[in-house]
Amino acid sequence: MTTELPTTSEIQIDKPSLNWLPPGLGLQKVDERIMTLNVGPQHPGSGHMRLIVQIDGDYIIACDPDPGYVHRGEEKMAEYRNYILNIPHLERPVIHDSCNVLYPYVLGVEELLGIEVPERAKYVRVIASELNRCIYIMYWLAIYGIFLGHSTMFMWPAGDRELLIDLMEKMTGARVTHAHFVPGGVRNDLPPNFEEVCLRQVNYFEKRIKEYAAVFYDNPILISRTQDTGVLSRQDAIRLGTTGSVLRASGVDYDLRKKEPYDVYDELDIHTNVMKEGDAYARSKIPWLDMMESCNIIRQALQKMPKSGSVRVKLKPNPKGKVFDSVYKRVESGRGSLGYYIVSDAKPEPYRLKMSVPSFRNLIALPYLLKGEKLGNMPSVYWSLNYWPVEADR
Amino acid sequence: MSSDSETSVDAESEETPVVKKPEEKQVELPAFEKGISDKIIEKFGDKVYVTFVKEDRVGIGTSRENVHDVAEFIRDALNYDHVESVSGVDYPQDKEIEVVYHIGSYSDPSLARQILALSTRAQREENPIPGNDATKLPTLRDVFYSVEFHEREVFEMFGVYFEGHPDNRRLLLPEDWADLPPLRKDFTIKGR
Repeated sequence: MTTELPTTSEIQIDKPSLNWLPPGLGLQKVDERIMTLNVGPQHPGSGHMRLIVQIDGDYIIACDPDPGYVHRGEEKMAEYRNYILNIPHLERPVIHDSCNVLYPYVLGVEELLGIEVPERAKYVRVIASELNRCIYIMYWLAIYGIFLGHSTMFMWPAGDRELLIDLMEKMTGARVTHAHFVPGGVRNDLPPNFEEVCLRQVNYFEKRIKEYAAVFYDNPILISRTQDTGVLSRQDAIRLGTTGSVLRASGVDYDLRKKEPYDVYDELDIHTNVMKEGDAYARSKIPWLDMMESCNIIRQALQKMPKSGSVRVKLKPNPKGKVFDSVYKRVESGRGSLGYYIVSDAKPEPYRLKMSVPSFRNLIALPYLLKGEKLGNMPSVYWSLNYWPVEADR
Repeated sequence: MSSDSETSVDAESEETPVVKKPEEKQVELPAFEKGISDKIIEKFGDKVYVTFVKEDRVGIGTSRENVHDVAEFIRDALNYDHVESVSGVDYPQDKEIEVVYHIGSYSDPSLARQILALSTRAQREENPIPGNDATKLPTLRDVFYSVEFHEREVFEMFGVYFEGHPDNRRLLLPEDWADLPPLRKDFTIKGR
């Protein structure tokens, strides 16, 4: 057994040693030094999934993620419901990012059915999805904080998140599962006085999150635990097909809001946050920077939004698509690029609906990142992937 | 009067939905996307066919013997570098299962908006024995590393075995799943 362990940058991902078979449940001694550990699925540190980890002393030599504990068959269910009935259940995989997870579905159905959306509805969608992105990132940040043992970072985001949840409740009527986006626009117009309240809350929210720098991001303990931990090089981030904050933390300038603008994102001035380090610290900082960018976008959208007008085109009952027409639409969600591949038939239900979710795409990086890390660094690497198990399983 | 004519048009299209298929419409195809599909046609000729050319989206279909070569060409000559999604679509009426790779590019800025949908079809068996029947395709993992988990998912959900894939274990389904692959059309949800 070698005592010298490679650093992550030295590991070639095509090594056959990554393709070992899982030894099954329980602890198992593979040889004198190597032990197999099951992390999860009940342990909250792993989310609703299991990580089968092989350790040599304190070092991880192999990791095999085993998702699927919250698989609900969303794609199969979608084949049994028509385009409108599909809305509420498709947002269930990521209920705290429910506007963004519905966004590509709605865009895709609009293209399949040939619907034009009113201008005001597009702005309402942009505002709702940016608010939702902040709500998601605050939730993720709270979890990330508590798993690094930083209780303040659990309490503050969980509390400040309420500001935006209140806004979404005013806007949609529901705190978390909004089901607000429909093909043809949004379900309801904004309530009276919403613009002023939104602007005030968002300004205060931005002031609050800037204070996180002092307590969390400039904290030497956080930096020592995350810097140079789980480094993903630019080349490998591209090769593994990662997306969102993982990709942008590795120095790739790619944000769909800028690269492939949907709705009215091309009329807004958007800055993409990119960091070159590719370590867990960069991956945890990018979402925080994204929240400030979201505040900017919301302020611009509130200013440019038409003050009145329709927000929804009424559809005929049971709208039907064309025979075997297909569409692939994607948006930038809180975790990265989220795409829907929809194949329509001459029926009110989609023939096939596939969700290409960012969590599932980023999961492939996990075995690679954990190899050679200390076991104690596992939570900081795992949660820095911005991974949401329920979304990955669908 | 006008409302009468509108309803008659609607009724007509409701009865014969096939008429609504406007694929042969003489619209001007987007030039950049047309260029991408032309390059592939130029290289492979009859072995590939263009399924659609839309704004930002190109669809290429090929047979299972050529899919590996086409994918290599797409990576090396056209600068696409990762796969976003691998979807299976079951067509029991054709006795085939289609597998669609949605391929994108991070490294080439001119391709940032583009998605290339590479589709191929595998033979479909009535009584599938996943992994041990004729429903097989060559893997693209050696071309695009990012397909690894996606192909595992297609294998368990549709029973399409990817030859050459190093790791064809279950991913999302339980270990003791002993029914049909669940996303095939003949697997029905109870009570529906």
